[in-house]
Amino acid sequence: MTILALDWFLLIEKLILIAIIIFASLGVALYTTFAERKVAAILQDRPGPNRAGPFGLLQPLADGLKLITKEEIIPTHANKWLFILGPGLAMTAALMTCAVVPWGGTIEVLGHQVDLQIADVNIGILYVFAVVSMGVYGVMIGGWASNNKFSLMAALRAASQAISYELAMGLSLIALLMVTGSLSLRTIVEQQVGHVWNIVYQPLGFLIFFICALAECNRTPFDLPEAENELNFGYHQEYSSMKLGFYLFSEYINMFISSTIMATMFFGGYDLPFVTSHLSIPGTAAIVGIVVLMAKVVMFIFLFMWIRWTIPRFRYDQLMDLGWKKMIPLALANMLVTGFFILWHQNNWHF
Amino acid sequence: MAITHIIFWFLTALALVSALMVLLSKNPVYSVLWLIAVFFAISGHYILLNAQFLAIVNMIVYAGAIMVLFLFVIMLMNLDKETEPQKDIWMKVAGVISGGCLLIQLVRLAKDAPEMVNKTALLKTGSIGLIENLGKVLFSDYVVPFEISSVLFLSAMVGAVVIGKK
Repeated sequence: MTILALDWFLLIEKLILIAIIIFASLGVALYTTFAERKVAAILQDRPGPNRAGPFGLLQPLADGLKLITKEEIIPTHANKWLFILGPGLAMTAALMTCAVVPWGGTIEVLGHQVDLQIADVNIGILYVFAVVSMGVYGVMIGGWASNNKFSLMAALRAASQAISYELAMGLSLIALLMVTGSLSLRTIVEQQVGHVWNIVYQPLGFLIFFICALAECNRTPFDLPEAENELNFGYHQEYSSMKLGFYLFSEYINMFISSTIMATMFFGGYDLPFVTSHLSIPGTAAIVGIVVLMAKVVMFIFLFMWIRWTIPRFRYDQLMDLGWKKMIPLALANMLVTGFFILWHQNNWHF
Repeated sequence: MAITHIIFWFLTALALVSALMVLLSKNPVYSVLWLIAVFFAISGHYILLNAQFLAIVNMIVYAGAIMVLFLFVIMLMNLDKETEPQKDIWMKVAGVISGGCLLIQLVRLAKDAPEMVNKTALLKTGSIGLIENLGKVLFSDYVVPFEISSVLFLSAMVGAVVIGKK
C-alpha cells in the first residue's frame, strides 16, 4: 500500500501510537496529582480529598474544570505572545520525551509487527537529554514574559538549577553507557531481559541519576523554583487559569517520564525477572511488559512523593554546592571506577 | 514526491524564514527564539542525512546550552526600545553591501569547491554521521586534535572559575 511513496500503514501506526502515549501520559499525570494529595494526606495523618466521587477519584477532573473555568489574566505590560508560548513550550517539551521509551515488546496487528515504541533511534538517551534541555525554555520565557522581577528571578533560579544538575546527570549516565555499550533504549532493555539489571553494575550511578532527576523535576528537596512560602512563589507567579495548570501539569508529566527513564535504564524496563524471557506467546509478553513497566513507574512516583512530604527544602547555595562540588566529582569518580572494572574484565580479571 | 523531499523542503523553508526573522525582529529575545528555530531546522537536515549524532549534539550544545546563556544575558540586560541606540542609515547600507559581498563570495566558493562538484547529498543513507563511526574516527585518526581540544575546554573552565572567584 504505497500512495505518494509513503508507507501509510507505518504512518498510521505511529500516529495511533503517539496519540495513545500522549493521552496515557496525560492520564497518568492527571491521577498523579490526585495520588500526590492522597500520599500527602496519609503522611500527614488526614483523609485527603474524598468528596468528588468514590474515594475522591473524580477530584482531578474537578481540579481541571476549576482551572479551565477560572478567569484568564494576562498582565498589562507582559509580552503577550511569549506569555502564552511559555506554558505551551513547557508542556511540549515534557511530552516529547516519551518518543524513545520502549513501553513493551512487539505485538502483531493485521499481520504487521508493531513495536510498542514510537522511535527506536540509536541515540535514544541523547534525545532525552536534548528534550530535557529544551524544557528550560518554557520556564525562562514564561518568567521573563510576565514582566515581574520575582518571576524573572525565579526563572533564572530554575534555569541555573536545571543546567547544573543536567551535567551530573549526563556524567552518571556515561558510566552506565560504558557498561551497556549502546545509546538505544530498546537495546539497553533487551540486554537486561534474562540477565541482571543495570542497577547491580551501577548503584552509585543510579543514586546520582535519581538525585539529579529530583532536581530536574523541581521536586523537594530541590523545589526552589517554586518555593511558594519562602521565595514568593516562582516563575509562574503571574499565571492563572489553565496556563498555570499547564506549568504544574508539565511537572507531573516530567516526573512520570523520568520515572520511566529510570525504570528503563536501571531496572530492566518491561522485564519481569525469571518470567519475561520464558513467555512464548508474543502478545502476552508485550502486555505483561507494559504492566510490569507501569508498576515500576508507579513505585518511583511514590518514592518521589514520599521524599517530597518528608524532607525540607535546601537553601539555594546548598543546592548549588551539592550539584557542582559533590555530584559532579562523585559522577566523575564513578566513571573512572567503571572504566577500570571494564578494562579489568576485558583482561579476564588479570592485571 | 517522497516523504524525505517534503520534509527537506519544509525544513529548508523553516530554516530560511527563521534566519531572516533573527535579523528582522526588533526584540532581541525574539531573535534568540528564532535562532533556536534555525538550530532545530538544521538538526532536522542532519537527521535527513542520517547524521543523528550530529543532529542531537547540535540541539544539546547550541539550542540547549549556548542559547540558554544568550537568553540569560539578554533577559538581564533589560533592553528597551527607548534606550537602544539608533543606527545611522548609511551604516545599515554599508552593512548590507558588505554582508552581500561576503554571501556572494561564500556561494561562489561553495559552488567551485572540488568536493562539491557533481555530488548529491546522500539522503537517509550513509553511516559517517552515526555515533559508532564518528567515535571510531575521533578516537583513532583524530585522537590528538580531539584530546588537545579537551585541554582547551579545561583551560576555559579553569579561566571561568578564576574569573568567577574574583
